Amino acid sequence: MLSLVIFLPLAAALGLCAVPAPGARTVVWTWIVACAADLALVIALWIGHGNGGGISYEEKVRWIPSVRAAYHIGVDGLSLPLLALTALLFLVCAIYSLRRPPQVRAFAVLFLFLQTVSSGLFAALDLLLFFVFFDLSIVGMYFVIAGWGHGDRTRSALKFFLYTFLGSLALLLGFIGLYLGAEPHTFDMVELTRTPALAGSPGLAGLVLLAIGLGLAIKTPAVPFHTWLPPAHTDAPAAGSAILAGILLKMGTYGLIRIAMPMLPDAWRRYAWAIIILGLVSVLYGALVAFAQEDLKRLIAYTSVNHMGYIVLALGAAGAAGEQAARRLAVTGAVTQMVSHGLITGALFLLSGVLYDRAHGYDMGRFGGLARAAPVFSGLVALGAFASLGLPGLSGFIAEFQIFTGVIGGGGPGLVVAGALAIPGILITAALFLRLLHRAVLGPPGELTSQVTDVRRSELAAVAPLLALSAAIGVAPRFLLDVIEPVSSAVVALVAR
Amino acid sequence: MNLLGRLLPAVPLTTGALLLTGRFTVGRRRLDPAAPAAAVLALAATLGLAVAAALARPAVRFPLFGRLPAGLAVDGLSAALIVTVAAVSLAVVVFAAGEFGADESRARFFGLMLVFTGAMLVTVTATDLAVLLMGWEVMGAMSYALIGFWWRDPGRVGSADVSFLTTRAADLGLYFAAGAALAGTGSLDLAGLAAGRGHWPDLIAAGAVLAALGKSAQLPFSFWLSRAMDGPSPVSALLHSATMVAAGAYLLLRLGPLLTATGWAATLVAWAGALTALLLGAVALAQRDLKQLLAASTCAQIGFMVLAAGAGAVAGGTAQLVAHAAVKSLLFLAAGTWLSALGTKDLGELHGAARRYRLVGVTFGIGALALAAVPPLSLWATKDAVLAAALADSPALYAVGLAAGLLSAGYAGRALIAVTRPTGAAARGATGRHGTRRLGPLERLPLPVLALGAAVLGVLALPPVDGAWRDLLGAGGEPAASPAELAVSGALALVVLAVTWTFVRRGVRARAAWTAPALHWLHLERLARTLVARPVFALAQALARFDDRVIDGGVRVAAATGRRAAALADHRVEVRVDGLVDAVGRGARWLGAAARRPQTGQVHTYYAQAAVLLAVLILIVLLVR
Repeated sequence: MLSLVIFLPLAAALGLCAVPAPGARTVVWTWIVACAADLALVIALWIGHGNGGGISYEEKVRWIPSVRAAYHIGVDGLSLPLLALTALLFLVCAIYSLRRPPQVRAFAVLFLFLQTVSSGLFAALDLLLFFVFFDLSIVGMYFVIAGWGHGDRTRSALKFFLYTFLGSLALLLGFIGLYLGAEPHTFDMVELTRTPALAGSPGLAGLVLLAIGLGLAIKTPAVPFHTWLPPAHTDAPAAGSAILAGILLKMGTYGLIRIAMPMLPDAWRRYAWAIIILGLVSVLYGALVAFAQEDLKRLIAYTSVNHMGYIVLALGAAGAAGEQAARRLAVTGAVTQMVSHGLITGALFLLSGVLYDRAHGYDMGRFGGLARAAPVFSGLVALGAFASLGLPGLSGFIAEFQIFTGVIGGGGPGLVVAGALAIPGILITAALFLRLLHRAVLGPPGELTSQVTDVRRSELAAVAPLLALSAAIGVAPRFLLDVIEPVSSAVVALVAR
Repeated sequence: MNLLGRLLPAVPLTTGALLLTGRFTVGRRRLDPAAPAAAVLALAATLGLAVAAALARPAVRFPLFGRLPAGLAVDGLSAALIVTVAAVSLAVVVFAAGEFGADESRARFFGLMLVFTGAMLVTVTATDLAVLLMGWEVMGAMSYALIGFWWRDPGRVGSADVSFLTTRAADLGLYFAAGAALAGTGSLDLAGLAAGRGHWPDLIAAGAVLAALGKSAQLPFSFWLSRAMDGPSPVSALLHSATMVAAGAYLLLRLGPLLTATGWAATLVAWAGALTALLLGAVALAQRDLKQLLAASTCAQIGFMVLAAGAGAVAGGTAQLVAHAAVKSLLFLAAGTWLSALGTKDLGELHGAARRYRLVGVTFGIGALALAAVPPLSLWATKDAVLAAALADSPALYAVGLAAGLLSAGYAGRALIAVTRPTGAAARGATGRHGTRRLGPLERLPLPVLALGAAVLGVLALPPVDGAWRDLLGAGGEPAASPAELAVSGALALVVLAVTWTFVRRGVRARAAWTAPALHWLHLERLARTLVARPVFALAQALARFDDRVIDGGVRVAAATGRRAAALADHRVEVRVDGLVDAVGRGARWLGAAARRPQTGQVHTYYAQAAVLLAVLILIVLLVR
């Protein structure tokens, strides 16, 4: 069943390739149906998994027995929300593409391929399998940006590819380190989690954590490894940006929780402070740099650095000494933030795509008074902005409140200071989103405003579900937290070993 | 029981959310005409629920984060607040239903007002910091949307920005307090905060006090309330009375045990309130615009509630809150009436306004006299209850509070005299700037009701009702104002009114240089801009340049270095290596050519070569031997 979830999109992609010259309409609708079916399957998985701990839907097939690597997959409370997010975000990208981008068949095939890769990564229980999916995601996104982007797209795509590929090489190095450190040698995540490798050699464990951490920090991205992100977003097509920010960035922090924390608990605890500081710097630096941006997409890209920084901060705090309850809260908040950021930033990027579609520009200063020309669009932007700045009633607050409370609640003086320094991040985010609303959405009309028409039905159908779900999480978060909490307890216990 | 606790905030919140989203699904044209009626009905239902909840005291608990308990409950303090909030909101919304014309975006306005009210109800019934913060922040966001309601005007949007950012800056304190509460008490429960271990209560109190001072527009955050005046009048009437600014005072009253437990927080809060009451009273006295005068007076009057919280006078502070809610909503509605009818809110141009609109004039008069603390009107008694507690705390605090009370008589008197003087407005009304001039029944209806409240709510702080009021709030042993104190303060208020009257009649004006700081709200906004907003934005821009040039520059340099190394290898290393390979080839070819030379095919040359070789061999053998 889980394999079906992963490979259904790929099968649909192959089907699309096999049919000679299908119409554009057929292509998009096939794409939408495949994504909807996949989402339905993930929901079924979610219901079947329930709120328990542990792994369900486990599958294990021999793959490369000589290095004890297997096709081993399964889901738990950490992967389920991300699988669901993946299915939903790819579905809304398909709906958004009812506007029919050029060469729609290749576009759809590429996205279906990326969906398989992303779902596979969040279900992988084998390091080598994880790595394959991790690398393929880079390849797929390279072609999306280079093929359907705008502006200086080849350069941005190349920068994205080379930078993140460098990260994945570091990651591979770390995985090989884990493989060699385990006794007997294995790439199996479940075994590596059960008996951590390199328990006896802290120096080597530190180096392996450094390699894995570097690889994942580039993908997340944490400051100072983030500069591939703004150009990639600016020049990517809207759907590509939504997937890049919504799904691909999560692979970094997912790897931290899935691999780095449970497999290298000693090293994680020893270097918790380095991770906390990395997260703190990302939070403040990302927010401040976003504040100064004039380009809408660059602004959202930098807020991603800020939002992902909260996750890194929380995971670092989970490794520092402190109350168990507080650490669990921090990890739950971090996972919630992954989902929340995917929804909100996905919506914001799709909305900025609407703007580009109409006026071919992202410069905030050239818009203004959009609320008159495009009221529904403006309402969605305002909702997305307030969600992103962490307004209660929307998912961002649920995530960030847990992170702050978890970090400060840990109790140590250092944690209190780190938490207190991170909190102003939400004030800067508020300031920058109000500035965005003030300049682009409200006030008198600007130079490009006359070209902007309101959202079309397909665009509304793509964006509204994301924000609606964000509101649902914001008002009644238990359905999500019930799934996550067992995993965060387990992760905190594993790190504390 | 549980249903009641949930319904109370749910009714306004859902109705509001439906109105806001319905604009897009049903369409503005169809929804707008129905919006005022929907809002009035929802708030009437809310008022009914609030009264029922105040009697039945429901308590709801639900899981929110992990195993931390969260919930909504109505105790004595909450009961007083929910009834006040629901009643004032209903009055304001009825007025707005009459005032808002068909050309306004009514679904949006009434939707926002309902969510605003619902969020305040969540805030005052929350039993833990998480739920409280949710209501608290949503209320701030709604105030942003309401202040910037006329969004086409960038000035008003700027005011909304200032208000939201200032209050949110202070709100960060509550986020911090929540973390400290978890560390210090293992829970977010409001009731248990004072019992925290070690220094945690200090940290919790620091965060909560910061948030409360910001929300209540106390010093040094007062300036946002001046900017908040840019919203429609009903928004001011609600924001200044029972919601938003009242939330800060409520939080401090609620956290009284925590403030006392820390030792320093209660004193700090008491002085912050007293100084705000004094300084913002002076600001109010210097204003030339009626709405600005009322705004500054709000800060000052909330200052008394904050003072009460610091001095431990929960009953007095709450009575002040309730009475002030009635007074201030009344005054803002009246000011709004004149603004829309006469097109001005300048004190100099409002002369005669009260005579022209009798009902508005009379009710405004009652409100202004109550604000001046003239006996037997409401704020006279409630303020003295607060001051009695201040006197028990410290005489200096009492003196500052008393002086602030005199100022309130002064500014209330100025406002009252300005609108009752018999010239000006009639003429202005005749030339008619842009005013609708007629008052509908819906606009009239709330004024007498609120005026009644403004007149009689002082009984909460006077015998025989005050005993029951204390029991309701669980504040048994608080000092009450003695008859002598009451008489003196009442007499002083009358004296100040008389002095103000003579000053105004004689046209006495203070020197502009003296009143300038007060006129400009102590330059607080400019200070905040120069000390906080500008440096942060400059830092942001500097970091953005740093990001482009240094961090991304580093990446670009690394990439360029790679390319340059490749070019180097291509031009230098590659050339040499290739040259070497070529040289080897050439050598081999030359050797081959050389080796071909002796191969002539002629036997005699081979013999000669063999002979020479033999000779050389013999020579070598001989030499080596």
